[in-house]
Amino acid sequence: MRTIAEIENEIVDDFALFDTWEEKYQYIIEIGQKLKPLATEFKVDENKIKGCQSSVWLTANEKNGIIEFFADSDSVFVKGEIALLMEVLSNQSPEAIVNAELGFIDQIGLRSHMAQTRANGLAAMIKQMKLYAVGFQHKNV
Amino acid sequence: MEQPLVNNAFDVLEVRKDFPILAETPYGKPLVYFDNAATSQKPQVVIDALVNYYTHYNANVHRGVHFLSQKASDAFDGVREKVRGFINAVSEREIIFVRGTTEGVNLVAATYGRKNIQQGDTILVSAMEHHSNIVPWQMLCEEKGARLNVIPMNNQGELVLDTLDELLNDNCKFVAITHTANSLGTINPLETVISKAHERNIPVLVDGAQAVAHDCVDVQALDCDFFVFSAHKMLGPTGIGAVYGKLHLLEEMPPYHGGGEMIKSVSFKGTTYNEVPYKFEAGTPNIADVIAMGAAIDYWNTIDRAGAHEQEIELLNYCTSLLADIPSVRIIGTAKNKAAVVSFIVDKANAMDIGMFLDTKGIAVRTGQHCAEPVMDWFGIPGTIRASFMFYNTKEEVDFFIEQLKKAIQLLVV
Repeated sequence: MRTIAEIENEIVDDFALFDTWEEKYQYIIEIGQKLKPLATEFKVDENKIKGCQSSVWLTANEKNGIIEFFADSDSVFVKGEIALLMEVLSNQSPEAIVNAELGFIDQIGLRSHMAQTRANGLAAMIKQMKLYAVGFQHKNV
Repeated sequence: MEQPLVNNAFDVLEVRKDFPILAETPYGKPLVYFDNAATSQKPQVVIDALVNYYTHYNANVHRGVHFLSQKASDAFDGVREKVRGFINAVSEREIIFVRGTTEGVNLVAATYGRKNIQQGDTILVSAMEHHSNIVPWQMLCEEKGARLNVIPMNNQGELVLDTLDELLNDNCKFVAITHTANSLGTINPLETVISKAHERNIPVLVDGAQAVAHDCVDVQALDCDFFVFSAHKMLGPTGIGAVYGKLHLLEEMPPYHGGGEMIKSVSFKGTTYNEVPYKFEAGTPNIADVIAMGAAIDYWNTIDRAGAHEQEIELLNYCTSLLADIPSVRIIGTAKNKAAVVSFIVDKANAMDIGMFLDTKGIAVRTGQHCAEPVMDWFGIPGTIRASFMFYNTKEEVDFFIEQLKKAIQLLVV
């Protein structure tokens, strides 16, 4: 299993191919469009992280100490962001997720193109993913 | 088919030279600034006024005995008369400097409102208000046990005045209504609302934030009791704006904030307040921005305002017709009487995704709820993409915007 840090480095390497914000935007859209839609039964309010400009639905399950995330959004760009976060945090242990620093977000230059409200949305997604991890951590104690 | 721009007497290319920011190139691309309803860009004379003040005569006003203070005081005091002229108030004493429209509404709610609104009263707003003309009244209602009523609107985003007579009943003690809706562009029939309210002696506050840069506002002709606006939407700096209030109302109102400047004399037994408008202006005022606001008004007086208005309406009509040709676009706000604002949604696409795509091309638009959540709820949409024009925008910019919008739709709607 690749570690979180390894996956982050791979993403940073991928993004190094792009010089401009325009290229990065289009790449994130591409990733977002590939994200498998969340089944309707999971698109409920209790899974919803409501943002100012878009909504995110996020859920997770745990099997043998490994967490898998499932998510969707009405924004393709946000789906792209989620897909990146899921690539990094899905299929990891609760401990690894809780301790993940996620430096790749700044390294790929994502946050510098975000208004405060959008940055808060991204932070809310990460927080929710970590809360799931904390929840599963305690369940297993 | 296209009309060359030179046919317009208003020389937009010449005017653009007054705004240095329009030469910026975000991501190496020419800036297309279509977010004027959020804030306008500033002509060089406004920027110069700020720099000049801080470079040559920065001093506190009204209390210095020295040269700089006198010079600053003269420049500062002169702006009140300029603002009076800009909106055609009767007296410069009717002009109160505030931080902007939001503080202006709060000032009236906290002074006139607190003194006059009682339990069981109603305050009437419209269905298309910006949050800043809703929340201060809700806070007042909560404090007083009063109620907020709403003038409804139709599918075009126009006010429906059928029930106005009922809404202006004996309980109604105040009306707060926007001149021009920021999220829809609708220009409201203020004459009707104000005259009907006045038949019942109900005072009316007009939120003029979106209006002052696009219409020549005449508060005497409108006959509104209060008119509030921000400088930054009319080519001036941020952090400054004004409340106009009819003098007899201002005189009866209690002060707003306590502090220096707003007092006549202070002892530990009690304080007597200064006269209108100073009793509403506690503390050292925003001297630099007031002076720069004055420079913005001077600038307005040098340009062809009718031509500027015509340019904006031409852009509005041009953009509206091109948008109407895109099948997946639905324009939100199709009132007959509109300012140069086009709000729209794209089928199966998130507004922010479109806005971010346009941003990568150097185009600045606003996306989301535009601080008007009730408007979005009414239309049953999460938010819109809003292009808002100023006289310095061009048809070529609209063409580029439409071209890129089509690309965004192609990319995002699969």
